[in-house]
Amino acid sequence: MVSDTNMLVTPTARGLYCAAGDFYVDPWRPVERAVITHAHGDHARPGSGAYLCAARGKPVLQTRLGEEAVIEGLPYGEPRDINGVRVSLHPAGHVLGSSQVRIERGGEVWVVSGDYKLDPDPTCEPFEPVRCDTFITESTFGLPIYRWCTPDEIFARVNAWWRTNAEAGRASVLFAYAFGKAQRILASVDASIGPIVVHGAVEALNRGYRECGVALPETRMVTDFEAKQDFAGALVVAAPSSQSSPWMKRFGDYSDAFASGWMAIRGARRRRAVDQGFVLSDHADWPSLLRAIEATGAGRILVTHGHTTPLVQWLNEHGLEAQSMKTEFEGEAGAEEAGA
Amino acid sequence: MKQFAALFDAVDSSTSTRAKTAALVAHFTIADARDASWAAWFLTGHRPRQAVPTKRMHTWAAEAAGIPLWLFEESYDAVGDLAETIALVLPDAVREDDTPLHVWIEERLLPLRELGEAEQKARLLQYWSSLRGSERFVFNKLITGAFRVGVSALLVTRAIAQRFDLDPKLVAHRLAGEWSPSVETWQRIVSGEALEIHAAHPYPFFLAHPLEGDPVKLGERADWLSEWKWDGIRAQLIRRGDTTALWSRGDEPIAGQFPEIMADAHKLPECVIDGEILAWKDRRVMPFAALQKRLGRKNPGKKVMADSPVIFLAFDLLEVAGEDWRPRPLDERRAKLADIIHAIPGASAFDTSPQVRAPNWETLAIARAQSRQLGTEGLMLKRRDSPYGVGRTRGDWWKWKVEPYTLDAVLVYAQKGSGKRASLYTDYTFALWKGDELVPFAKAYSGLTDEEIREVDAFIRKNTLERFGPVRTVKPELVFELGFEGMQRSKRHKSGIAVRFPRMLRIRTDKAIREANTLEDALRLAGL
Repeated sequence: MVSDTNMLVTPTARGLYCAAGDFYVDPWRPVERAVITHAHGDHARPGSGAYLCAARGKPVLQTRLGEEAVIEGLPYGEPRDINGVRVSLHPAGHVLGSSQVRIERGGEVWVVSGDYKLDPDPTCEPFEPVRCDTFITESTFGLPIYRWCTPDEIFARVNAWWRTNAEAGRASVLFAYAFGKAQRILASVDASIGPIVVHGAVEALNRGYRECGVALPETRMVTDFEAKQDFAGALVVAAPSSQSSPWMKRFGDYSDAFASGWMAIRGARRRRAVDQGFVLSDHADWPSLLRAIEATGAGRILVTHGHTTPLVQWLNEHGLEAQSMKTEFEGEAGAEEAGA
Repeated sequence: MKQFAALFDAVDSSTSTRAKTAALVAHFTIADARDASWAAWFLTGHRPRQAVPTKRMHTWAAEAAGIPLWLFEESYDAVGDLAETIALVLPDAVREDDTPLHVWIEERLLPLRELGEAEQKARLLQYWSSLRGSERFVFNKLITGAFRVGVSALLVTRAIAQRFDLDPKLVAHRLAGEWSPSVETWQRIVSGEALEIHAAHPYPFFLAHPLEGDPVKLGERADWLSEWKWDGIRAQLIRRGDTTALWSRGDEPIAGQFPEIMADAHKLPECVIDGEILAWKDRRVMPFAALQKRLGRKNPGKKVMADSPVIFLAFDLLEVAGEDWRPRPLDERRAKLADIIHAIPGASAFDTSPQVRAPNWETLAIARAQSRQLGTEGLMLKRRDSPYGVGRTRGDWWKWKVEPYTLDAVLVYAQKGSGKRASLYTDYTFALWKGDELVPFAKAYSGLTDEEIREVDAFIRKNTLERFGPVRTVKPELVFELGFEGMQRSKRHKSGIAVRFPRMLRIRTDKAIREANTLEDALRLAGL
């Protein structure tokens, strides 16, 4: 466990704290000043006095935290002085507006990664490697069993599944996290196959994406339809919580699928009890984690949520100074290994 | 291997019987005879012996993946399945391989076992590098001898019958027992002509469904035959010409384990009988533990045979002098069975399973209440005019078991499950109080819903006290109501008792651990 008093960022009961600048990064309890990496629930919690996030992420964060939250958007790369500490935000490639937080004081540079991925995603800016001395990285998929196929290969499979179902007169229901994953799917599938229907929770986020200029295909809500057979051939993108809810009944004969990095494991696929599991994650896989860490040039790596222990040991064996750092971040939704 | 892996994927990813059957039919349509025979062999639960020791597979996979062994073990711990872990950590296949399944099995997999370590390693690494995702997984499962797939033998039987337009019963008969995959075997299995039945082949066993609720709904008592439900080894004895064979329900030949039954079997005329093998002394059944000493032990010694003598209690007759009697009504089969068994001169290892006489359902219920004292699990109810069916067809045979014993016990250890449950803690050890100490007494892994399993899994992860290899010691906090069928004193168990068929009935969130039962409660319950 990390407990060095000279650290620029330390884990505290309220969250990752930068004492020199007197601000928190993604705090899990209300604080005065919070820098937010992205708007997922485990990173952006309501109740803090003032929030700073990437300008691209502001509309979505505002929706999530409510109208009354005081949020300031900062363009990527633009430095900001907070009590003598130089802070800037850099794309993390995780979801729209997601950032890594670069913190510099007296020539020493720390970067807090938030959640990130290196794979291309049409809905957000690509991950930017930022040179630093200390890198605080996530490790959601920090084991060599997690290696993603390219998005092109994955979406070719999604399209093929949708097309086969459409030809058989069935709807295709794809469960995906409503913020980020859902929009990435919408922007990546072949919209010429059929109509696209989304759950209300997904559409709420689509609005924020469209406001930011992210091109999404036309989406419809179930309320735009009347009879059951209308859904034949459609792709339905819904939040995982819709699975086995009465909301599903309207789709009649459908095939279902789940899009998540956890789908790499057979046991997780089978427990999900869907027809297809697409291994699609907004987190870095094992090779990406190693690549990202190397690109920072950091000599010290602090590993947060996920498979921290193996990643720490691996990095130590490879000549880096690595330690685990306890946080309350959760990683990818649907993690059944959470708490392990 | 590609076709077979694709079939595995289709069956594995689906929960619908219709989709699984369709995938099987499609496979038996495209696969050539030799591959189809191997596929059918694997799908009906046959497995080759483990070809490569597990430890070597760990080491070589880590090496091929370019990761240290400790990281491979961490990965294995997260996945919970060796074959899958290897498939996931290895680098992608370097070439396409269209080699058919039978070549993979006959020329590659089976010879591995006999090779020296160096050659075994060289070949295995080469095989791994030519297989993709699920092909690699399936191949690894076959190597470790742990291949299982989510289809029942009945479903495979139906799919073959559907594909080749055959009677499912005929196919079931042809698939039963021991056979080796080959073109000839496959042609025999799917042949439209009624070929002579192989002399030693058993019929598929007819199975009963549990009766829920009152038997009154079955109709007239007079239409139903009742007999004890024995807790032994279900078996089929075959006498055809010079052949005498004894099969277990798992289609395992078990003649070697029961020489006294085989010695008396030649006194029977040509026939096939169905019944239960039990450890039997002084005209009553012995605890299952006595029979257990005879299982898996070929050519048992004199002492074991004297300590645990066995009997074959016959309850059905399937064939007489080469004629299939299964379509005849049960009453007729039972009458003829009694004639045959009672015609054996002197004492023998055969008897008929007694019928439980009770004029109406009420008196039968009273008889059932004596089940435990008599060492049985309850009653069987069989429709008197029913034929001997195939598999688990509903309606003619019911098992009316006695209510299980129940005890409230405390969860103390947990271990991960296998297959679908490989990354969850699903196998639990429970303890009872002995003074101020909690003494482990039973393991159970069934009875919870998926949701409950997830909750308990989360509890275990948060409340782990210690880890010993795969086992976690859990903070004593959760109380479960356990059900089980029987209990005996046992010197091998620390608790001094051994329980039969333990399972979880429910989580007692309303109970504190001090309210769980004691060992004395358990002994009193079983009258020990």
